[in-house]
Amino acid sequence: MKGRIHRRNISGCGLAGMMSEDGRLMSGEGIIRSMEVLHDRSNGLGGGFAGYGIYPDRQDHYALHIMYDDIKAKEMTDVLIDEWFEVDAEEVIPTRKVPGVGKAPLLWRYFVKPSADFNECGVCEEDYVIDAVMLVNSTVEGAFIFSSGKNMGAFKAVGFPEDVGKFYRLDEYEGYTWIGHGRFPTNTPGWWGGAHPFTILDWAIVHNGEISSYGINKRYLEMFGYKCTMLTDTEVVAYSFDLLLRRHNLPIELACKALAASFWTDIDRMKAQGKKVADVYEALRMVYGGGLLNGPFAIILGHANGMVGLSDRVKLRPLVAARKDDMLYIASEESAIREVASGLDKVWNPKAGEPVIGELRIPVSNTDAVRELEETVA
Amino acid sequence: MKTYQLPEVKIERDKDRCIDCQVCVRQCAFEAHIVDEDGEVYSEDEKCVACQRCVSLCPTNALTIKDNKPFVKDNANWTAETQKYIWKQAETGGVLLTGMGNPKPYPIYWDHMLLNASQVTNPSIDPLREPMELRTYLGSKPDKIDIKMVDGEPVLNTKLAPQLMVKTPILFSAMSFGAVSYSVCEGLARASKELGTFWNTGEGGLPQNLYEYGPNTIVQVASGRFGVHSEYLDAAAAIEIKIGQGAKPGIGGHLPGEKVGAEVSRTRMIPVGSDAISPAPHHDIYSIEDLSQLIFSLKEATEYTKPISVKISAVHNVAAIASGIARAGADIIAIDGFRGGTGAAPTMIRDNVGIPIELAIAAVDTRLRDEAIRNRVSVIAAGGFRNSADVIKAIALGADAVYLGTAALVAMGCHVCQMCYTGKCNWGIATQDPYLEKRLNPDVAAERLFNLVRGWSHEIAEMLGGMGLNAIESLRGNRLHLRSIGLSTEEMDILGLQAAGSPMA
Repeated sequence: MKGRIHRRNISGCGLAGMMSEDGRLMSGEGIIRSMEVLHDRSNGLGGGFAGYGIYPDRQDHYALHIMYDDIKAKEMTDVLIDEWFEVDAEEVIPTRKVPGVGKAPLLWRYFVKPSADFNECGVCEEDYVIDAVMLVNSTVEGAFIFSSGKNMGAFKAVGFPEDVGKFYRLDEYEGYTWIGHGRFPTNTPGWWGGAHPFTILDWAIVHNGEISSYGINKRYLEMFGYKCTMLTDTEVVAYSFDLLLRRHNLPIELACKALAASFWTDIDRMKAQGKKVADVYEALRMVYGGGLLNGPFAIILGHANGMVGLSDRVKLRPLVAARKDDMLYIASEESAIREVASGLDKVWNPKAGEPVIGELRIPVSNTDAVRELEETVA
Repeated sequence: MKTYQLPEVKIERDKDRCIDCQVCVRQCAFEAHIVDEDGEVYSEDEKCVACQRCVSLCPTNALTIKDNKPFVKDNANWTAETQKYIWKQAETGGVLLTGMGNPKPYPIYWDHMLLNASQVTNPSIDPLREPMELRTYLGSKPDKIDIKMVDGEPVLNTKLAPQLMVKTPILFSAMSFGAVSYSVCEGLARASKELGTFWNTGEGGLPQNLYEYGPNTIVQVASGRFGVHSEYLDAAAAIEIKIGQGAKPGIGGHLPGEKVGAEVSRTRMIPVGSDAISPAPHHDIYSIEDLSQLIFSLKEATEYTKPISVKISAVHNVAAIASGIARAGADIIAIDGFRGGTGAAPTMIRDNVGIPIELAIAAVDTRLRDEAIRNRVSVIAAGGFRNSADVIKAIALGADAVYLGTAALVAMGCHVCQMCYTGKCNWGIATQDPYLEKRLNPDVAAERLFNLVRGWSHEIAEMLGGMGLNAIESLRGNRLHLRSIGLSTEEMDILGLQAAGSPMA
């Protein structure tokens, strides 16, 4: 953000995610408990969550969650929001006082739709929203849009994750997917915006690790018009998924293969075995080399239609997954899953670079890809 | 005319050790060692070029070549060198000629850049235990790929442009047959095959016996069009249009007739003994659109099966020129910095024209990214890479791969005496004299080149792992892994670097 010096932070972390592939709604209380078990993986300098399906009454609106340093920042932002969007509702994000969570910025949310004339800009609706978010985040001092998806929201603060969850009263929301994060940063920015998840549209990322390829990932994404304003590793992960999944229409498995690429030895072996998919993997590495995420990481990506867990190509950070009935769980440690689910059908350690994919049985139609598909079918 | 030039080296012969075996006499094509009527060997300092051939071969270690810079009265302006040049020209009326790359003490930016390594927060990766990937694809890439699902399996729905796959991001730079000996070409070709990389014919054509190495060969089309014909283009893995060369930007090439023997004549398709002079510009390229026509002529001629590279020297406007070349349809841009070598160049041009490759890489990579066309071309950097650290820094600045010329010659025995243009190379490298040429055994040349690149590749893998990366593409253009030391803010700005000591950002 303008006027702040945010150095890129490196951190260790804990993360957890849970999803009902049937789309059943669950209170946020579960993810809070799950994260509480991972208390020792964070150090009180950042916790956060994202929930999907939490705003069913306004599911056609983009929910903008914004933190303001002061009322002046809000006034400046409101001018831009009125210019770019039609605002259906605007309210303070409800919170409760929790010991562990310090002085909060002003926390607001807006339910908006793009202005009627946005089509004149010649960009698709999602790009329009991204442009607006990037404009506010890069130009309005003291304002930060930390959530901008439909029927979902991110909630984050400086504090331990379980305290942050209680602070935001997540137990009062219901969602079909929840992801959570606790930070262990190696510096102390003391800024709420620095906590995870990082989001753009409905993509929300929680991340444990350090992206050693950040320098090139950032420059790569800039070629596609993304502005990495936050100087965090995690931000580039969110934008990378947006680029690969939404703008380039890659299937999730292949997007993950671009970001945590197969080794050449494996691709060569598949080629020798006559497997056609090896050509795809080779092309992904050739074309998306600048997007390859290198360095230790485990991430959980939340999006409208599901949840993805992914570790780096040599799995330098932990990631465990489990299934029970329609539920998919992913976490840094098995204990975080056992805390909220018993009698699991299956618990496993995903291999390095191998994505764990959860998908809604009936997808939500809010991406370009789905829309295009529907149009073709129609 | 009596010369006023003073000898620059002193040959010391330890008479207690010298056995008058005359090895030095036979080895020195410059005739610095002479045998008198009594069979006693003596030396004439002024003929010595300090190539160290005699020192290396003397069986009793009797010889030492010492620096003997002539003393001229202290003067920062009228140094011994400036006076020497004036004497030379006053005696000959000619253009000062020289070989190899710019030797002047301009800043070597590589030595002002420091690499990163991992500690705690991200673990370093041990290349002895974990895969460490240096494989690189050179050629034009699309911005995105399309996938279609066939029977539930993803299938590529984008046709990719032809690529050169290198197992390590190091290729051998253009050195023409004629300028260098056949053994050098054979050594380069064989080493390239062994290493999984490419050598480059330069503008001298491809000797018939080396066609079998075509899959590891980049052939050049230069302004003289020497040795260019359809089989030549067909034999190659890629074609490079040579616009310029780092050692002599803005001028063409000159192979003296003495170096044009039967084999060079056949390969270049010119008469024996005739000077091979390639003009400064291509006579069919006077603009970027003309270049585009040649690029597509070559693509048509080879049915779009090979990447087309365009090699330019690093000059002041290199970034804009590179952008134009990318838009003109080139798959690869090779940029040659002012320390790039040559077989022959006017001294004033070699020493005063062009810019360092470090700044050129950074400027070009930044420009191509600003214009969002970096995917469209690969960038090969050339011009004085001395070791693996230079190479890895070039990649971090934004190069896809590097070309080695001088380092490859040094590996084969060159001692950078800068006399390549004389054709008297005692190491059998820059010569066509059969007597001298046979001193370079292609088996040994190939092995030494292989060893060098293997060693450098190991070092690159080691440094890459130290940075916590296990694929070279994660370092390419990743300037956060470099920090500058002792540079001005303008230089840091062009290089896109922060100062050593500044945190990750």
